[in-house]
Amino acid sequence: MRFMMLMIPGGYENAAPDAMPSAEAVEAMMKYNEELKRAGVLLALDGLHPPSTGARVSFKGGKPTVIDGPFPEVKEVLGGYWMIDVRSRDEAIEWARRCPASGNDVIEVRRVQELSDFPEDVQKATEGFSGL
Amino acid sequence: MAAIGTVEAVWRIEQPTLAARLTRTLRDVGLAEEVVQDAFVEALERWPRDGIPHNPAAWLTSVATNRALDRLRRTVLIDGKHRQLAVDLAALERAMPDIEAALDEDIDDDLLRLIFISCHPVLPAEQRAALALRMLGGLSTTEIARAFLVAEAAVAQRIVRAKRTLRDADIAFETPRGQERRERLGAVLEVIYLIFNEGYVASSGPDWLRADLGNEAMRLGRLLATLMPEQPEAIALLSLMELSASRFGARTDGAGNPILLLDQDRGRWDWSLIRRGLDRLNRAMALTPTPGPYQLQAMIAACHARAVSVADTDWIAIAAYYQALALAAPSPIVEVNRAVAAGMAFGPAQGLAIADALRDEPRLKDTHLLPTVRGDLLAKLGRMQEAGAEFRRAAELTGNERERALLLARADTLG
Repeated sequence: MRFMMLMIPGGYENAAPDAMPSAEAVEAMMKYNEELKRAGVLLALDGLHPPSTGARVSFKGGKPTVIDGPFPEVKEVLGGYWMIDVRSRDEAIEWARRCPASGNDVIEVRRVQELSDFPEDVQKATEGFSGL
Repeated sequence: MAAIGTVEAVWRIEQPTLAARLTRTLRDVGLAEEVVQDAFVEALERWPRDGIPHNPAAWLTSVATNRALDRLRRTVLIDGKHRQLAVDLAALERAMPDIEAALDEDIDDDLLRLIFISCHPVLPAEQRAALALRMLGGLSTTEIARAFLVAEAAVAQRIVRAKRTLRDADIAFETPRGQERRERLGAVLEVIYLIFNEGYVASSGPDWLRADLGNEAMRLGRLLATLMPEQPEAIALLSLMELSASRFGARTDGAGNPILLLDQDRGRWDWSLIRRGLDRLNRAMALTPTPGPYQLQAMIAACHARAVSVADTDWIAIAAYYQALALAAPSPIVEVNRAVAAGMAFGPAQGLAIADALRDEPRLKDTHLLPTVRGDLLAKLGRMQEAGAEFRRAAELTGNERERALLLARADTLG
């Protein structure tokens, strides 16, 4: 089963547009990524630039409104993710525990929805949308 | 205190590297397998009560090494000093305090060594599969037995025989290099693909473990591709498995009846798997101008994956790849598939010519494959009576109830 580990770095909501992790932090993370690869569980991973360079599109009243970053009022913002294929929720959590994260970070572990998780009528609604 | 699920999760993560490390220090895969199990039993007993140790890898290595020392000392006591031990007992005892240092050693090389030993060509394929799942997948004998639909005792027997053969054959312990590595790689890929296909033929029924063999094989494939990024066939096999697995969800209808590739709803294919498979295939193709058998099969699977519809399929390319595959890895099954592809690319008469040449092939006598394909080609040529007869013959030969029903229904529509 596929799980996403969502990295929520503490303070990233206020990070400067050019904020970069330290070489030591990156090295520790690379080692961790290597472990995921060596276990054969890593499917994909990506890191995200700080929210100050991003934008939020909200839909209050059914109309899209664009707000440019940063978003200091948003307490938890994403910093990146890992997509892993493991045998159980416990295994996904154990991998998250092993991450060399820093004191204020949070990793949210979430199972990926597969087509087969949906009831038949929802599956039917996807018919013909090949190549998504 | 630790929940049993957490203990199992930690075990699953640690087991392969633990087995690999101990295989190196003990120079005996059988002994390593035994003491790794001992360590698991002890972890199951102590971790739920005492909590998971701060460094589970060091804890497990130390327990397993201690158990190995106990067993080796006993062997020396019983057999006397004459018996040749694979490992120097005194040296092992001296090395004990250095567990932390041992953890830092090149684990990639340990894993490769374990892979090549578990999948040694001196072992029959089914023993290789059981040993690999046990040592590298961390599956229990019970789980392997359920996955392969055989008795637990049979799996235990396979592992015991494999360990004995490896001991008696006195196989070279070092990781093969150069040309030998390329040759031995074939035996490894064969096992991973065998495990994958066991999972692939399993229906999506209640026994998740059996279907999960496919994921187990892909995990092994990813491990291998990580350890040997320079071997195109290792990457190609992973690509082939991902592209085939992308169709898992579309192979059966709501009632569990099989749906043939060409009739599948392509919206139900797993497009994230397809993307990964295609990406990996590109990498394999960049590594070599002469695709090997797995790469050719992945290229064929990629042709299907890229086609939005059956009509859109590049059958001429598929026919060419099957022709190349027939040269690289000739087999009657490849010929049957070549007949299908040629029929689609150049017309049913061309396909039938290839299929007809196989009629005296002894290795196809007991399968429904050839009559199914001939039936289809004959029907397309308007030779309905002959086609019906072929479908009925295929129905008699298939071992699958649902497939039989499908074939008989087809025969009936032809009259």
